[in-house]
Amino acid sequence: MSVARFWRKQVQRYNLVGTHCKSCDEYFYPPRNMCPTCRRNGKIESYKFNGDGEVISFTVIRTAAVGFEHQTPYILAIVQLKEGPKLTTQISCGIDEIYLGMKVKPVFRKLGDGGEKGMIYYGTKFIAAE
Amino acid sequence: MRDVAIIGVKNTNFGEKWDVSFRDIFVEAGAGSLQDAGVAGEDIDGLYVGNMSGGQFVEQEHIGALIADYSGLAKNLNVPSTRVEAACASGGLALRQAIFGVASGYQDIVVAAGVEKMTDVSSAVASAALAAASDREWEGIMGATFPGLYAMIARLHMHKYGTTSEQMAEVAVKNHSNGFLNPISQYRRKITVEDVLSSILVADPLHILDCSPITDGASSLVLAPADIAHEYTDTPVYIKASSQASDTISLHDRKDITTLDSTVAAANRAYEMAKMKPNDIDLVEVHDCFTIAEICAIEDLGFVKKGQGGSFTQEGETSIGGKIPVNTSGGLKSCGHPVGATGIKQAVEVVHQLRGEAGKRQLDNANIGMTHNVGGSGATAVVHILARDR
Repeated sequence: MSVARFWRKQVQRYNLVGTHCKSCDEYFYPPRNMCPTCRRNGKIESYKFNGDGEVISFTVIRTAAVGFEHQTPYILAIVQLKEGPKLTTQISCGIDEIYLGMKVKPVFRKLGDGGEKGMIYYGTKFIAAE
Repeated sequence: MRDVAIIGVKNTNFGEKWDVSFRDIFVEAGAGSLQDAGVAGEDIDGLYVGNMSGGQFVEQEHIGALIADYSGLAKNLNVPSTRVEAACASGGLALRQAIFGVASGYQDIVVAAGVEKMTDVSSAVASAALAAASDREWEGIMGATFPGLYAMIARLHMHKYGTTSEQMAEVAVKNHSNGFLNPISQYRRKITVEDVLSSILVADPLHILDCSPITDGASSLVLAPADIAHEYTDTPVYIKASSQASDTISLHDRKDITTLDSTVAAANRAYEMAKMKPNDIDLVEVHDCFTIAEICAIEDLGFVKKGQGGSFTQEGETSIGGKIPVNTSGGLKSCGHPVGATGIKQAVEVVHQLRGEAGKRQLDNANIGMTHNVGGSGATAVVHILARDR
């Protein structure tokens, strides 16, 4: 991902900042500026999630995405935040420790890098809440 | 709106075709379909070509023009040619655009084709290209892969409905058994449940033999107004429905990741348009990019109750001779998955079955067939219903 493209959403990625529609009280992470329920009648504001969530589904990736080869096996999961939105993330724990319904909390982690001369991508992963 | 018929079809062989190029395979399929229809270049009013990622697979965009050119339809005839993209549903969508052209009356004889050349790059580059069908900014950046996304669907399907790895393996076994009978298949080899379960894990619970392969191939159809179809062929196949639906680009934004709402919506629209129900359909080609995808597809298309796709498959009801034969071609799993061509290949298979030309995999009483083509993890679904009778 290009520097500009990553930088544009840096705050949202680092701090789990999404959006909230004041019209219908729905929360969005990843952030959306058009509410799928209210559309043009929506009133969107920025919202910082504290990140308490639950594992909805997960997998252990054995054949990595390009750039993630040195991380295998790694756990990819869909986490639902307590306000409702779901997101795709990695869970930092042993591959035998993850389970459906696991309570998780966010941590600031390196996600990857753009090679020797590229930038380092940081963002939010999750760990067990207890 | 005018009724539309398919009057010519052709698939290339599917596989790792290192000795031929992107344009070679397209021309083979396109010319073959024109030969089958008995149509000359002068008759053609337009081309619609499904292609997911010429840019990444062969560093070529402007696919429509290239194809018109090397098909001999550009220089003197100046035939309009349009590339259509919806990831792995590009082929199905190209067919739909071609139907619009003929049904509206804007065009008469139209070619709907699909092509993908995926083995001119390394499998890592090919996988990265395919990953662009997911949400690059919020899935890809976390290390998501397509097997990983479908693995999460599988995990939750197993948890909610008791679907097993053995049941998913049965999808691959059945599709390889069908693909063994299809001369164009990439893998003409039967496999067992044991083979699937002992193959390496790609993304738990999916093994490598739960996944469709990387494939080169092209497929082509020729469409005509139904009123003049008999001028070209004794065995036209009629389009009874063409439908399409969208869902969120990211898997995580779905209401329930075990149901593809795009498939449900496209299927409902197709049944309504054709005035049919699932039990009117004699065969279906579904988008089995992964074994779990076929299980979800037969549920979401209404052939079996939600959650029962696995046991239905295990009982043999989706095999040739079962209640609803699924993927007689071998599906994406065994026949291969040249992504832009797949949606067209599905229609070619249904036409072969309805014409009674499917050789050793021919079904008895094949009158009405369905195709189901999915883009990404389900953000696009395209459904067509084809029939022998108008």
